[in-house]
Amino acid sequence: MNKINDLFNEELKVINIGLESFYKDLKDQDIKTIHVKWRPTAGGNKKIASLLSKLK
Amino acid sequence: MIQEKIAKANEEAIERVLNAQPTLLAIGKAEKDIPGMTKKTVLHAGPPITWENMSGPLKGAVIGGLIYEGLARDEKEAVELAKSGEIIFDSCHHHSAVGPMAGVVTASMPVWVLENKTFGNKSYCTLNEGLGKVLRYGAYSQEVIDRLKWMENVLAPVLKVALELSGPIDLKTMIAQVVQMGDEGHNRNKAGTSLLIRELAPYIVKTQFTLDEKSEVLKFMHSNDHFFLNLTMPACKCTMDPAGGIKYSTLVYTMARNGTEFGIRVSGLGDRWFTAPAEIIDGLYFPGYTTKDANPDIGDSCITETTGIGGFAMAAAIPIVQFVGGTPKDALNYTTQMYEITLSENNAYKVPALNFRGTPTGIDIQKVLETGILPIINTGIAHKNPGVGQVGAGLVHPPQKCFEDALEAFVEDIEKTN
Repeated sequence: MNKINDLFNEELKVINIGLESFYKDLKDQDIKTIHVKWRPTAGGNKKIASLLSKLK
Repeated sequence: MIQEKIAKANEEAIERVLNAQPTLLAIGKAEKDIPGMTKKTVLHAGPPITWENMSGPLKGAVIGGLIYEGLARDEKEAVELAKSGEIIFDSCHHHSAVGPMAGVVTASMPVWVLENKTFGNKSYCTLNEGLGKVLRYGAYSQEVIDRLKWMENVLAPVLKVALELSGPIDLKTMIAQVVQMGDEGHNRNKAGTSLLIRELAPYIVKTQFTLDEKSEVLKFMHSNDHFFLNLTMPACKCTMDPAGGIKYSTLVYTMARNGTEFGIRVSGLGDRWFTAPAEIIDGLYFPGYTTKDANPDIGDSCITETTGIGGFAMAAAIPIVQFVGGTPKDALNYTTQMYEITLSENNAYKVPALNFRGTPTGIDIQKVLETGILPIINTGIAHKNPGVGQVGAGLVHPPQKCFEDALEAFVEDIEKTN
């Protein structure tokens, strides 16, 4: 627990994956952050993801 | 196991694309040179379509084509003939041909004849008519027919003899050069047109035609920055055809639109088309026009993107953003993004602004659907009514459904055979 608390006492450098609004909020607060453009396979379409998995 | 078979098939398919040697051989005539062409055949862009389902610009171009052939005297007769069932409508792609916008080809039209020297297959395309009121945008007034007749009787014969004197022209090398001169081979063909003139002019002047005729031909080519488009397209067509029909390959070897539907063909699925309604183009409109005037996406010209140029090479043609919309940074991003959905980088078509990286080449349906990134196409916008012409230019994507249906069919085929 102490180690995690130490982390928040240091300068935060954040890699954000997922909702872009988290990245924007951090950016607005001058936190060093980059956003990774990530989407689940086939944008989360289960049928297409299942078809694609049959080719693996 | 299946993954290995697909990887091997895709390796074979992309090698065929990269090893292609598209070469301009001659000027021919549709009826004589295009396989399966008859006096009453009308070829069109995109996947097959019936007269009833054709969009305004395609119907207009068919009307013009029938008048040009002398099969109808006016619009009324042409429409009656088109409805009668006497005319065979077929996709250019089924006849080794491609056509920009409506893509209408009729028996008497002169055509460029190309050969992929590596595989021996040929491809064909009509000669570009220029801008304004032209058949490929569905115009069929007397000035359109007169220009087509001039192209048949003056332009084509002069170019035919000039080509006989010059000998075959290596288009792969020429396209590689124009991509380094600011063209992407679809919506920007200024450099290509200029290089072609440089190549042919010394032989045009040596022909026995009158000085006026030779001058008219050179002026006509010079006045139309898209003259070279009708060579990049068949160059891409003869490049991609040998990559079709490779079992287990997920490479897209055709993308085309008829103004009503967008269609793709996938190598491992042979000649089958996967279609969905064509999209409206997001772009810059000429003064006085808006999206309400636009016809859905039309033409075979996206064979360029299928081959790794056109929208895929936008980073090589940064000034084009003034024509299709967006910023120079967008042009770089479009090309960079296309690496996510392609099998390889081109070995000949290289982008200076990307440290001479080869253009993203060979669309893979698996990558498109995994990432949700659709191919980017930059294209002209036709007015929805016949006879008006081009109303703008912009960017468009194929409908995702084409790729989804192709994937479903691909998996079904594999489950049947294994």
